[in-house]
Amino acid sequence: MRFLKSLFKDKLAASSLVVILAVIIIGVFAPVFAPHDPLEVNISKKYAGSSWEYLLGTDQLGRCVLSRLIYGIRPSILWVMAALMLSVLIGAVLGFIAGYFKGKVDALIMRVCDIMLSFPGYVMPIAFVGIFGVGLENILIAFIIMKWAWFTRVIRTSVMQYTELEYIQFAKAAGVNHFKIIRRHLIPVTLADIAVISSSSVCSMILQISGFSFLGLGVQAPAPEWGMMLNEARSVMFTRPELMLAPGIAIITVVFAFNFLSDSLQTIFDPKLMKSKKIRTEKVEA
Amino acid sequence: MALYTIRRLAAVFPILIIISFLTFFLINLSPFNPAEILLQARGIPVITDDLILQTEEELGLNDPFIVQYFNWLMDCFQLNFGTSYVTGEPVWNEIKPAFINTLKLTVLSSFIIVGLSILLGVICAINEGKFIDKSVRSMSFVLIGMPSYWLASLMIWYFSVELDLLPTSGMSSAESYILPVSIITVSYVGIYFRVIRTSMLSNLNEDYVFYGRASGLPEKKITLHLLRNSLQVSISVFCMGIPTILGGTVVIENIFAWPGLGSLSVDSILKRDFPIIQTYVLLLGASFVVFNTLSDLINMTLNPKLRKGF
Amino acid sequence: MNLLEVRALKVWNKNDNVSIVQDSSFELKEGSCLAIVGESGSGKSVTCQAITRLNKPSLQQSGEILFKGEDLTHLSNKVMRKRRGKNICMIIQNGMSAFDPTCVVGVHLRETINEHFDWSKGKVEDRLLEAMRSVMLKHPAEILKKYPHQLSGGMLQRIMIALSIVLEPDIIIADEPTTALDTVSQYEVIEQFIKLRQNVGCSMIFVSHDLGVVRRIADEVLVMKDGAIVERGRNEDIFENPQHEYTKYLISTRRSLNDHFRRIMKEEL
Repeated sequence: MRFLKSLFKDKLAASSLVVILAVIIIGVFAPVFAPHDPLEVNISKKYAGSSWEYLLGTDQLGRCVLSRLIYGIRPSILWVMAALMLSVLIGAVLGFIAGYFKGKVDALIMRVCDIMLSFPGYVMPIAFVGIFGVGLENILIAFIIMKWAWFTRVIRTSVMQYTELEYIQFAKAAGVNHFKIIRRHLIPVTLADIAVISSSSVCSMILQISGFSFLGLGVQAPAPEWGMMLNEARSVMFTRPELMLAPGIAIITVVFAFNFLSDSLQTIFDPKLMKSKKIRTEKVEA
Repeated sequence: MALYTIRRLAAVFPILIIISFLTFFLINLSPFNPAEILLQARGIPVITDDLILQTEEELGLNDPFIVQYFNWLMDCFQLNFGTSYVTGEPVWNEIKPAFINTLKLTVLSSFIIVGLSILLGVICAINEGKFIDKSVRSMSFVLIGMPSYWLASLMIWYFSVELDLLPTSGMSSAESYILPVSIITVSYVGIYFRVIRTSMLSNLNEDYVFYGRASGLPEKKITLHLLRNSLQVSISVFCMGIPTILGGTVVIENIFAWPGLGSLSVDSILKRDFPIIQTYVLLLGASFVVFNTLSDLINMTLNPKLRKGF
Repeated sequence: MNLLEVRALKVWNKNDNVSIVQDSSFELKEGSCLAIVGESGSGKSVTCQAITRLNKPSLQQSGEILFKGEDLTHLSNKVMRKRRGKNICMIIQNGMSAFDPTCVVGVHLRETINEHFDWSKGKVEDRLLEAMRSVMLKHPAEILKKYPHQLSGGMLQRIMIALSIVLEPDIIIADEPTTALDTVSQYEVIEQFIKLRQNVGCSMIFVSHDLGVVRRIADEVLVMKDGAIVERGRNEDIFENPQHEYTKYLISTRRSLNDHFRRIMKEEL
């Protein structure tokens, strides 16, 4: 509760949270909010301007831009967030095991992480779609495979810091059940760190994954996706540059909202601690 | 120091072997039969089972996995990465020019990124909290949040179409570099200048800065010492950043139709040209390891504390 | 003749308006040594840094600081910079971190000397080596080529003293120069300070919480507590006949420590 209070003190963060929640709700209930079928082609109405029927106009095939934008939330934002959560979950489980039990398990997990992290950013997804074929699922799987290692490493460091604390050492020495220690004492304190790192990597993931769809390696036409919409708009860029605006602004809005939120989360949880962590985040995200 | 260098270099080989193994292993996980893909790519009209069996034999697909891997690895050492399924050309002949083109783009951008990051980082650190620091930081915040392909498309539309100043694509002249290089620079400067700024600010509270000032050294000299100390952290970040930029040009290259690795890889993915994808992954994985090692070695030369047995 | 006069110096934190030094005035006579004693946080260091105008930007100061009749607070940054080192030289507490860790110590020393004098390369080298030898540093030429982490705290402290010998300042401000050292190095460094006073004949402000050292080196003593000067006087007067409760307390804690030490030694015997 104290957390929510301090979050709402920060106007920017509060409005970011509202934007993100609104986007998620609209995305989940897309059929309710979308005025048209996003795939409905109507060549006679192509390039229509903004009107009551088509709030954001129509594209080169006469499809409703607003509806496509709303349906596009699903692959562009919701699926990305799901993939992120899955990789954070894997990272958290392995990070806890490595950081808490240490020793051989830790060494093994860390070596595997090192290998996974030895492929730079874009390469793993490219290799993956290259081998298994294009499609959003393969990109998402590639991102999960790539990101879990990074989350494992960061969460392990955070767990290790807390395990060093005396009351945990005491509980360990007193013979308290390991899972009880983890559940009662470690998870609550590391949760803040986990929230911060996942919120700060949402942005880069949204940008990268929509980038793959933009290249034609992710979501396939005619399915609506923001990167895909930009790709289609690019083909008619010389005559109708305005089609670039809606999906571009949509991505920027969501990314900014996440950015502001993650910044504010960092200051709320621990302003001093985050300084060093920020360098680390920038390093890896780069 | 020599010992450390040798040990560090020796550690590179096992990692390279692991990367090569993973690359090879991944390709073999593919649900598609390479022989079939090869035949499709060559445009053979009727693909019979006999033909597939024959091609499998030619490609050595019937050998045990380890033998296949070993043969492939030996070939790799001689820069023989197989032949493209699509063109039938040796892979190296296709990859090499593309790699050089990408390298041109990356190296040029990296230099500008480094220069600009140091400049902005120093300016912001010296003027911490003042107007210029705040405006540069919020600018970078905005630019980091923008999809680079969107920005690139808008810039093409404005500079190439509306103003007709710059070429829209290709690498025909020096002017072709302007747009892609600026987009790459813009997307990475925001990250790296922050690294320099943060590290300079953390150095600002060090005693040596105070003692330098107390001895009457001018601010210019003190800033140089600050920069020298901050560069250590920054250089390792830069070194690790170069392969990231190398891989990150994929999107930019495709937008500007730059005949580099990024365009080649996307093209190969769409055509399922496995040997090229394989080599691309291997090349970037290897360059990541090399630059990582390089950053360690540079760091060691710069940081006397890490130099043992002086 | 007063070399330095500080009048109504106030230092406070701009952000929360907390006062750190309240209305202190004192003067430093030519050729004498003024010690400022007090517990940590009593405002000793901030007072010294206010004289050289080197406090953090968040701290603000008011009052007059007259050096040879010239008010330092009115000088431009550029002129003030020339006063630092050449006229008022500081020796700081932590020698280990006083030099750029990525450069050999010679770099800082030469840079500073070249900033203040137009000497030839050879002359800089000669003066530097001579000064270093005079503070009992062996193999000075090799020391100049070493990185700070390769030298001991006591050596680095003496290197700072050597630099101040070369610069021949009017005032040396030594801010807790022995606190970070072990007892043996402490003794060596103090010896150098005493020699420095005898040979160079400059005035000195010596900040310390070690009353034993102060007793040996100072002519006059200022006692600070919570940012205010609570007592001042000649060395003997302060130690023989302290007036203020706080001074008495400081001296008695030291004495009881000594007595305790002597008692234990006697029992041992």
